[in-house]
Amino acid sequence: MFQNGFAPRRVVVTGMGIACPLGLGIEHVWKRMLNAESGIGSIQSFDTSALPAKIAGQVPAGTKAEGGLDISEWIPVKDQKKMDRFIQLALVAAEEAVEDAGWRPEDEESRCRTGVMIGSGIGGLETIHEAATLAVQGKIKRISPFFIPSALINLASGQVSIRYGFKGPNHSVVTACATGVHALGDAARLIALGDADVMIAGGAEAAVCELGVAGFCAARALSTGFNDTPTKASRPWDEGRDGFVMGEGAGVMVLEEYEHAKARGAKIYAEVIGYGMSGDAYHITAPAEGHEGAYRAMKAALASAKVTPAEVQYVNAHGTSTPLGDDLELEAVERLWGDAGKGLAMSSTKSAVGHLLGAAGAVEGIFSILAIRDKVAPPTLNLEKPSRESVIDRVALHAQERKIEVALSNSFGFGGTNASIVFRAAP
Amino acid sequence: MSDTAEKVKKIVVEHLGVEEAKVTPEASFIDDLGADSLDTVELVMAFEEAFGVEIPDDAAEKITTVKDAIDYIEKQKGG
Repeated sequence: MFQNGFAPRRVVVTGMGIACPLGLGIEHVWKRMLNAESGIGSIQSFDTSALPAKIAGQVPAGTKAEGGLDISEWIPVKDQKKMDRFIQLALVAAEEAVEDAGWRPEDEESRCRTGVMIGSGIGGLETIHEAATLAVQGKIKRISPFFIPSALINLASGQVSIRYGFKGPNHSVVTACATGVHALGDAARLIALGDADVMIAGGAEAAVCELGVAGFCAARALSTGFNDTPTKASRPWDEGRDGFVMGEGAGVMVLEEYEHAKARGAKIYAEVIGYGMSGDAYHITAPAEGHEGAYRAMKAALASAKVTPAEVQYVNAHGTSTPLGDDLELEAVERLWGDAGKGLAMSSTKSAVGHLLGAAGAVEGIFSILAIRDKVAPPTLNLEKPSRESVIDRVALHAQERKIEVALSNSFGFGGTNASIVFRAAP
Repeated sequence: MSDTAEKVKKIVVEHLGVEEAKVTPEASFIDDLGADSLDTVELVMAFEEAFGVEIPDDAAEKITTVKDAIDYIEKQKGG
């Protein structure tokens, strides 16, 4: 976890929870993903007729038993209006993760040693839109007392801590589409450095609303050519790609100090062994030439993990399906892996769930860990004709069984922020 | 029970997520019905909206029970 020789405490993953366009629950979602199913569809939640992009990945409605979301099964009606959808999704994923880890301490000391770090790229955008609409209509006095706490990004961490009584570090990350990886990496470091023994960490996003879609459309970031065939729209590295597809959801992990997890007999999914970060200092939305920022983030992550590229068998790419970004990331990976690229599998799970923005790094971290657990690389859907050939296997169309022991996951965000995290099979 | 009382009760049940039986005239929003200070602010806003009345902050602070709310609203509407 560190490059400078400092001996940190080891950090493992003991619980995982997910709400994403493929549904709820890691086993349900993973099964659908390996089955090459897509969670992308037409947006039904608001009128898209004036917008060039009309599709997104939205968490499917349904009961918990069906792997769908009925928010009343998770959050009392009275509390729902106090939190934007992104916080609701964070609570759902946190509940699953905490349940999975079996970590519900009753004693004060354990609670004080358990923290929360759940971030979001954008936060309560729809809530802000609703409040702003009241203001424009001259109804400023109708703005709810819950408006601010519903919209604030760190309230995801706040609400999770209140629900479980976790009184350790309560923190939040806001680094656009790199949020999820930064949250996992930073939370792991808090444990490694001794600030906490357990961290509930991840990202949540619910920006598939009128303002969110309009804003990304205006930035010319979204796919607009597949409105009639939504499941074909997210196609990383394919020559037909024309932008990313927005997704919503949340991914949360329970990160735990290794000895702490062992002592309580917890199930261990994987170890967090490396984390690297960088900045592009280049452009507000475009990646730098050669994606050199991504290259440096991955290099730093591998150095902190003390592994060589050849020891990494799987990369979960940022791979958003944008014309520029995908090939630049590929170029950076090729450069770093060199000859070892021949043995590497790299896929983009955004092909199935879309781009979950601030939640992307967290859900993709979960997919990377499940890839290690089940020794299978999830597919890159719709990669029918790559825009460029590569020695790196991008797991086109179908999942592949692979001997995966170490996996790296990338997330890059607007503003030129890059983060990579490395997981290894359970010790 | 008056129309106002019925409507107030319904709003309290909806906003605080409590059982109807608990919403007695004497029930205190904070002590008996589990509301916090933000809940009471929102509740007063819901009364304003539902009854088309203005409840200024200094009056709102004095509305602590179901009966307080009913009395205040009836007085406003009557006056």
